[in-house]
Amino acid sequence: MKSGLRKERIDRGIKVRSDGIYALSSWREISFLMAPRMLLVCGLLLAPLILHFFPYWQKVLLIVCIYALLSMAFDFLANYVGLVCLGGSFFVGVGGYGAALLSKSLHCSPFISIPLAAVGGACFCTLALLPCLPLRGVYFAIVTLMYPLFMTRIIEAFELFGGTNGMMDVAGFANPWLEQYFLIIATLVFLFALRRLAVEDVGLVIKGIKDNDQSVKASGINITFIKAQAIFYASLLGCFAGAYLAHIYMWAGLSMFALDFSIIPIAATVVGGGGSLLGAVLGAILLVPLSEALRAFGPLRIVSYSLILTAVIVVKGEGLLNYLSRKYNQFERWKEI
Amino acid sequence: MAMLEVKNLSKKFGGVTALNDINFSLTEGEILGVIGPNGSGKTTLINCITGFIKATSGKVVFNGRNLCGLKPHKIVNLGVCRTFQIMRPYSSLPAYKNLIIPLYGPRARKTGGWRGGGRHGDRNIIALDLLEEVGFERESKVPYKLAGTLPTGYLKRLELARCLALNPELLICDEVFSGLSMSEIASMVPLIEKLNKSGVTIIMIEHRLKELFKVAKRVMAISYGDKIIEGTPAEVMANEKVKEAYLGA
Repeated sequence: MKSGLRKERIDRGIKVRSDGIYALSSWREISFLMAPRMLLVCGLLLAPLILHFFPYWQKVLLIVCIYALLSMAFDFLANYVGLVCLGGSFFVGVGGYGAALLSKSLHCSPFISIPLAAVGGACFCTLALLPCLPLRGVYFAIVTLMYPLFMTRIIEAFELFGGTNGMMDVAGFANPWLEQYFLIIATLVFLFALRRLAVEDVGLVIKGIKDNDQSVKASGINITFIKAQAIFYASLLGCFAGAYLAHIYMWAGLSMFALDFSIIPIAATVVGGGGSLLGAVLGAILLVPLSEALRAFGPLRIVSYSLILTAVIVVKGEGLLNYLSRKYNQFERWKEI
Repeated sequence: MAMLEVKNLSKKFGGVTALNDINFSLTEGEILGVIGPNGSGKTTLINCITGFIKATSGKVVFNGRNLCGLKPHKIVNLGVCRTFQIMRPYSSLPAYKNLIIPLYGPRARKTGGWRGGGRHGDRNIIALDLLEEVGFERESKVPYKLAGTLPTGYLKRLELARCLALNPELLICDEVFSGLSMSEIASMVPLIEKLNKSGVTIIMIEHRLKELFKVAKRVMAISYGDKIIEGTPAEVMANEKVKEAYLGA
């Protein structure tokens, strides 16, 4: 024990009254708040440069971002709106087919077809999910699980969009750097935009629906409209990811409606920790490379993957990010008495 | 002229008649008390008026407009606001953030919300003012605590504040006194009186008869879905059927 000094938690001086209200008086305090965010932003921005000599892992980085977007969409719907959506692959498929259609019919660059497919796909998904919005909990989950299956069967049965072969020769990216940075920056923008939305007044209404939808009704707010808005934001992320995937693979097909796109984001959210969106991103950053690295195990890959997942959930059930942020906020410094 | 008129309102849940042919009317600026034993249909009556459940038959006319068949949020936006008997706070939000949601809604934006402050200005400040008005200590940490951690007394006040944020014309209170200590009720009574003086018409459903009779000049009693009597507190308490309903034959 040093004399004349005592330990003080760094965050105590910064947080005022409640979470989200800060009083900052020095650059050190600002950097204490900003450091974790900056770590993520700089890490993601530098990753393509670091991975320059490992082209295979550059591709993995793209898939990480795709799953990060899907995990954010899942986390947003599950932990902010209270809708457990198992239809992640529905968003991916709609976005992917949309981008492929746009790119083949208009012959436009990916930078035009991706945003168009994202917005158009999000409108389509929102309209398609509109009838299920009064549902809650497990009922909503089951119904949304049906949507990708439904789309697959329809495309198969009517031989739409190339049927089981899918749509080939979708335009790819001319420049691999642009391909990576456009996706990374978009992921970061979506992440911080959604986090901002959640603390705005409309975000509070969305959270209110999760806490108590009757009370929101009694406040004179049409909850179906708010839920539809939330679905739109989530499917915007999902369709963007799907559209991007179509241009990375230069192909859109039935496997875009595969269950992976619905389930892995859930695993990522659980491992990373739900309720902050950052946790979902962290989960995707950990899980996707892990699943790639485990390819060395051959047939035992899924077994080892499941074991690791189970271990994380049992040992740190709250999610890694929630654990880390708690520890981070408990950092102490010496202070003169 | 009657502000609210309930005509032949009935509600059946399958074979159970929860409300049977209820008639009453309310003039602007008064406080009407509604009493009745447990399960007599008081909350069902509120749910029917505010659109949370659909009445089987009958009419509810508010300022010349039929409310039956309208969605709950539409009815709120006409000026009929309710509290819930079992408090429904947004547990994961701080108390003052709970009020951002009603202040964000269309009614608060159109009418300006509580005292017209909702149209412009910072909703956070209005929310804190409003909490102070219903008895949260402004300088303490209480308004900033998560609503899920607040005791019953504060939650009941929060329910009331949510309605006030909407600038109600007709306020329907579902047992705001229940679960409160005597001193808490003592501080709630002047609040209700003050609201009424500022022009809000109030329907109060209550089990705490002594406190209810302090504020309500007219009382209606229901039992098993039937309206027994309507009149001054003294008349209602003297009624044989009311005594029978509460104490048994």
